[in-house]
Amino acid sequence: MLEQIAEQVPLFFGYYNVVFILQAAGRTLGMTFVGCSVGFVFGFLIAVLRQSSLPILFLPRLLGIAYVETFRRIPFLVILYIVLFVIEPLMPGTSLFGIATVSVCLLSTAFLSEIIRSGLESVPLPQIEGAKALNMTGLQSLFMVILPQSWKVILPPAAAFVVMFIKDTSLASQLGVIEMTFAGEMLVNRGFSPVLGFGAVLVCYFAMSWPLSRLAIRLEKRLEAS
Amino acid sequence: MDYTFQFSVVFRELPYLLGGALVTLQIAFITFWCGAFIGVFGAVAKVYGGRISRRVASSYVTLFTNTPALVQIYLLYYALPDAGILLGSMTAVLIGLTLNAGAYLTEILRAGVISVRRSEIDAATALGMSLMQIVVNVMLPHIARTIYAPLSNFFIWLVLGSSMAAIFGVEELTGRAINISTANLRTIETFLVVAVIYVVLTVLASASLALVGRVAFRVRARVF
Amino acid sequence: MKHLEIRGLFSSYGSTRVLRDVSLDADKGEVVSLIGPSGSGKSTLLRVLIGLTPPTAGEVTIAGEKVDYRNRRSVKAVRDRMSIVFQQYNLFQNMTVLRNVTVAPIKIKKRPRAEAEKNAMSLLKRVGMAEKKDAYPDELSGGQQQRVAIARALATNPDILLLDEVTSALDPERVNEVLDTIRALTSEGITMLIASHEMAFVREVSTRIAMMDEGRIVECGSPSRVFDSPTKERTRDFVSKILKH
Ligand SMILES: Nc1ncnc2c1ncn2[C@@H]1O[C@H](COP(=O)(O)OP(=O)(O)OP(=O)(O)O)[C@@H](O)[C@H]1O
Ligand SMILES: [Mg+2]
Repeated sequence: MLEQIAEQVPLFFGYYNVVFILQAAGRTLGMTFVGCSVGFVFGFLIAVLRQSSLPILFLPRLLGIAYVETFRRIPFLVILYIVLFVIEPLMPGTSLFGIATVSVCLLSTAFLSEIIRSGLESVPLPQIEGAKALNMTGLQSLFMVILPQSWKVILPPAAAFVVMFIKDTSLASQLGVIEMTFAGEMLVNRGFSPVLGFGAVLVCYFAMSWPLSRLAIRLEKRLEAS
Repeated sequence: MDYTFQFSVVFRELPYLLGGALVTLQIAFITFWCGAFIGVFGAVAKVYGGRISRRVASSYVTLFTNTPALVQIYLLYYALPDAGILLGSMTAVLIGLTLNAGAYLTEILRAGVISVRRSEIDAATALGMSLMQIVVNVMLPHIARTIYAPLSNFFIWLVLGSSMAAIFGVEELTGRAINISTANLRTIETFLVVAVIYVVLTVLASASLALVGRVAFRVRARVF
Repeated sequence: MKHLEIRGLFSSYGSTRVLRDVSLDADKGEVVSLIGPSGSGKSTLLRVLIGLTPPTAGEVTIAGEKVDYRNRRSVKAVRDRMSIVFQQYNLFQNMTVLRNVTVAPIKIKKRPRAEAEKNAMSLLKRVGMAEKKDAYPDELSGGQQQRVAIARALATNPDILLLDEVTSALDPERVNEVLDTIRALTSEGITMLIASHEMAFVREVSTRIAMMDEGRIVECGSPSRVFDSPTKERTRDFVSKILKH
């Protein structure tokens, strides 16, 4: 077995394979980046919605809670299938990459919303009451008092979450999106040893995740120190 | 675009799906406890271990938490046969998820162990408690309270993560959903029903874990 | 016409009734102090006045205008002319001293920055915190934070100032620097409501004292009357216990 691997190494790391894997890595990062950015924006909106107490926002607030609680309790694989089978007939021609990205956004919105919410809730009540007593509006106190104090609490788990998501996008291989995991499968199907194919993919994932994990741990330590 | 939903064909298969949910729970349970077993050793090694065992434990954690479980299982499932070890799909999934769980649980348990403050142990010693009494009365309650919420969350994560097993043909909840939908071609309905089952399953799990936590460890865990 | 008039105020947290039929008034520039045991409702009364805790019944009138605490605009108008300093320092942790003092004038009252900063600096000078204008709250001692909080409360030119046990979280050496700051304010025509356990101070600066117990005002009168010849058993009890220390 080892001889076979050794034999394949030069061929495996040929130009086309390397480009192929890099492109796949690009798709993995693309899905993660778009998913987390969109998730951050919508997650933020839902988190803020959940903080507000305005009576007119009662229904949207309820929907926000329902959304977050539901999507955090469905496996990503199942979400992928549902999105695939809903979008395909509605918008034929949507790329698989697009469908996977939508699924990532749906899930990351739910998770990031929770992270942001606990960040917002970490700001002590007296700070908020102080803002109120000075006649600040809800939005003023959000942007001038609450957010500047909560981003430190939000960042470490958010970074850890992005790592989680880089890994979760591997499930998009099941739809046929040629991201890293699927690239590994394809290489193995072309006859390369699984050790080589999946091993290389594993190394790529590690190279993407590890720096972020380190960052998350660093931020966490700094938060604890302060 | 008019599509008429037909849930009746899915509801007919409800017993079959619920059987799958049971398999899902079994996978989560087995991997949780086996992972916890690894996690105890990992945490102890990381906190109290010498230089080498510390290094080994943290390499293990770093390696497994920074790569996807799916690819790890692929390696187990497709690469090991080349070395003459043939794993069944269920076995490969269980081993892969257990190794993953072990890594995460090492971190969670470690956080629990280091949450016990030196001063509390000193105070207990000053009161004349024996080592055993200190462990039972001071350390364990403290650790339990610190790690209970992350542990429950992690169990939920395992319930959801076990759906990965479907990719290897294991007939747990997601696997059975795939089976049904290829037969009845009612894919959306099938997966919607399965999604609801997952939500109900995890809500029940969170709620019972919160209840146990409150009764046994006086932890105020929130379900939502 | 009274500057501040409170009539039959009730308030509760859930099912615990915290204020029961509180009535109190103050002329312009008067300094009224609230004394009474812990949990008697002093903080709650001040919180109700500035609209942080809703009243369940009763009437509050400020300079002849009735306040409707369920109406946002009305509450906004109240906060426009009323400031509060809390027991715990709640300066904004993410802002420097100067920014803490200028944020309300600039962002809420829309004053020009230069004017607001000039005014803020003169206030900071008055509370003796001008040198620390660029420090963040966590770099200051408790007493210093409280003095900045007073400057922040004054920056909006309130004509009613509420002070809620502003010295109770301070160590004894710091108490006087804050009390001196407040003492200097009492002659400026600002109506003040002070909740405090500092009996000697209260006696010195107040025009009137209101004794609270279990959510009621049991007795109200001039300092010498309340401290030297209280008419109510409860007040006598409280005063004698406190003054013994
Ligand atoms: N957020 C709250 N929820 C429930 N009950 C509260 C809350 N805040 C205060 N209370 C109750 O209201 C009552 C009055 O409290 P308040 O803080 O007004 O008293 P106080 O006179 O200011 O006491 P202290 O001198 O200790 O500051 C107390 O019995 C207290 O337990
Ligand atoms: Mg109080």
